[in-house]
Amino acid sequence: MSTAVQHADASQVSVSFGTRMRRLWRASTTGPARAAYLFLAPALTVIGVFFFLPVLAALLLSFTDFDIYALGNPDNARFVGFGNYVRLFQTPVFWKALGNTFYFVLVGGPLSVAVSLGAALLVNTKLVRFKGLFRTVFFAPVVTTLVAVAVVWRYLYHTRYGFLNYALGWVGINPIDWLGDPTWAMPAIIMLAVWKNFGYNMIIFLAGLQNVPEELYEAAHIDGAGKWSQFRHVTLPMLAPTFLFVGIITMVGYFQLFAEPYVMTQGGPLQSTVSVVYLMYEEGFKWWNMGCRGLRAVRHHFHRHIDTVALAAQWSGRMTGGEGEGKRGRKGEREKKMRIENRKNLTNQQPETKNQKSFA
Amino acid sequence: MTHQTGIATRVVLYIVLIGAALLTAFPLLWMVSASFMPTGEANSIPPPLLPSEVTFEHYRQLFTQLNMGRYLFNSTLLATAVTLLSLLLNSMAGYAFAKFRFPGRDGLFKTLLAALVIPAQVAMLPLFLLLKSMGLVNTYGGVIVPTMASIFGIFLIRQYTLSVPDSLIEAARIDGASEFRIYWSVVLPLIMPILVTLAIFTFMGTWNDFMWPLIVLTDNDLYTLPVALAVFSREHVQDNELMMAGAVVTVLPVLLVFLALQRYYIQGIMMGSVKG
Repeated sequence: MSTAVQHADASQVSVSFGTRMRRLWRASTTGPARAAYLFLAPALTVIGVFFFLPVLAALLLSFTDFDIYALGNPDNARFVGFGNYVRLFQTPVFWKALGNTFYFVLVGGPLSVAVSLGAALLVNTKLVRFKGLFRTVFFAPVVTTLVAVAVVWRYLYHTRYGFLNYALGWVGINPIDWLGDPTWAMPAIIMLAVWKNFGYNMIIFLAGLQNVPEELYEAAHIDGAGKWSQFRHVTLPMLAPTFLFVGIITMVGYFQLFAEPYVMTQGGPLQSTVSVVYLMYEEGFKWWNMGCRGLRAVRHHFHRHIDTVALAAQWSGRMTGGEGEGKRGRKGEREKKMRIENRKNLTNQQPETKNQKSFA
Repeated sequence: MTHQTGIATRVVLYIVLIGAALLTAFPLLWMVSASFMPTGEANSIPPPLLPSEVTFEHYRQLFTQLNMGRYLFNSTLLATAVTLLSLLLNSMAGYAFAKFRFPGRDGLFKTLLAALVIPAQVAMLPLFLLLKSMGLVNTYGGVIVPTMASIFGIFLIRQYTLSVPDSLIEAARIDGASEFRIYWSVVLPLIMPILVTLAIFTFMGTWNDFMWPLIVLTDNDLYTLPVALAVFSREHVQDNELMMAGAVVTVLPVLLVFLALQRYYIQGIMMGSVKG
């Protein structure tokens, strides 16, 4: 987005900067324009100071060796160019987190969209009554608190007492250690995410479906098209713009995976659920290894704007299998204490005594 | 014949729909049911659906021993404060974008829209340092101040305010009303539906927010419900029923707000999606 801002600025500043500024000053200190600026001032000040400024700072910080020692005296932070980026790329857990995040986005995203579309088609059928009721039920998970439902699902996934394994037992499937097995932890998180989010996109699909003209179906019917081919050749093409919108917001949202691993797995087992944002939190806010985090924030943002599929293909080849010796964190551990395994990989030179509380 | 297949389709359809609805509602229903079970009952085989006897002990424990009342108060206070402040700031800015002509308007608006795609996480660390230098870390202000205005909110208000007739505003101006008076007494009443929508979005968003309060509130007494619940869930891993009661207290308020006002909420999603 920094490019977007520069772009917008550039277009404003075009040829005659001075004249433009003078005219702007005159126009903005008189009449309704002055009122407009006064109406805008509070909101734009908040957004400018507490959003745009930090975003720019994140970009700049990523080129310094800013860390806890520089906190007291910012002069201690030195410009290190791309040093942080180089170090980040040499860090196995970063690639692990990136891979996990892409796994979540590329499997969970399409799955969510598919379930949303299915639910929308079901609710939209003319034969069905009580549409409002079904819509409300399907939508309810969207408004729930993620932390709370993650806690609930953690028990549904319980190996011995959980409902999921109990239900699987009916069809003869042996109990699965959903959150303790590196193979199953991410699928478990994906299932929770799909359940939590499909209602939102369902609403958008429902709006899209209602905009498909009835005549198209009638024409297709007259031409002898069955239900399936009506769906293929009328519904899907007419929903293309909806797919685009839903796809983008789902992907963007899914890249920010954090609370699910925080509550359910603490990034484990064997770092199989460490996401990029989770790593950012661990690194930036747990250990105050700040230069490094600013950089990861930038990388995180950067990745979202590139064709995700191409990137995934490119990176899956490069992905190094850098799992640490990590085991699942001790369960009764105090909240602010953190798993040491994750950190060892990254910051072996950092003292271990620092934590959030002593700092803040 | 065709009539019969119609009925058959309908039956299959209803079975699928009701099955899907039960599956969707199950985790929430079980959460409520388990919160009333005596300690340890949820950990049995087969997992019980309903409590053998209804007990309120977990709710009592939450509020007497685990300070839940305080967290409920924090969440309510923060969500209400952010909602009221952001309604004011966003509606003023959205109105300015919709109904005033001034130099730089379109450029400014486009810049804001472009910035919508930046995830908040990018700004979190510098924002934290900024708030720390302002003395706002570990205060309610640390949550309220950065979220007092939002680009999405301005956008939503602006789109709706475009439909307010210029003639009404002009008439008020000719009658000599001040600009603030016009905004307050003419425009605000006309955009009430979108204000309700934005209020629900903001309230729920703040209530459910986890990462930022986790970062900025380090003092136990300031925790919001989701932060407190996450902390509990790491400390009380074995206390199923207690955790379910905590989850109910956290989820129930937003669920009720949604059920009461869902028309506005869904309308907001539609509006956001139409323009994208």
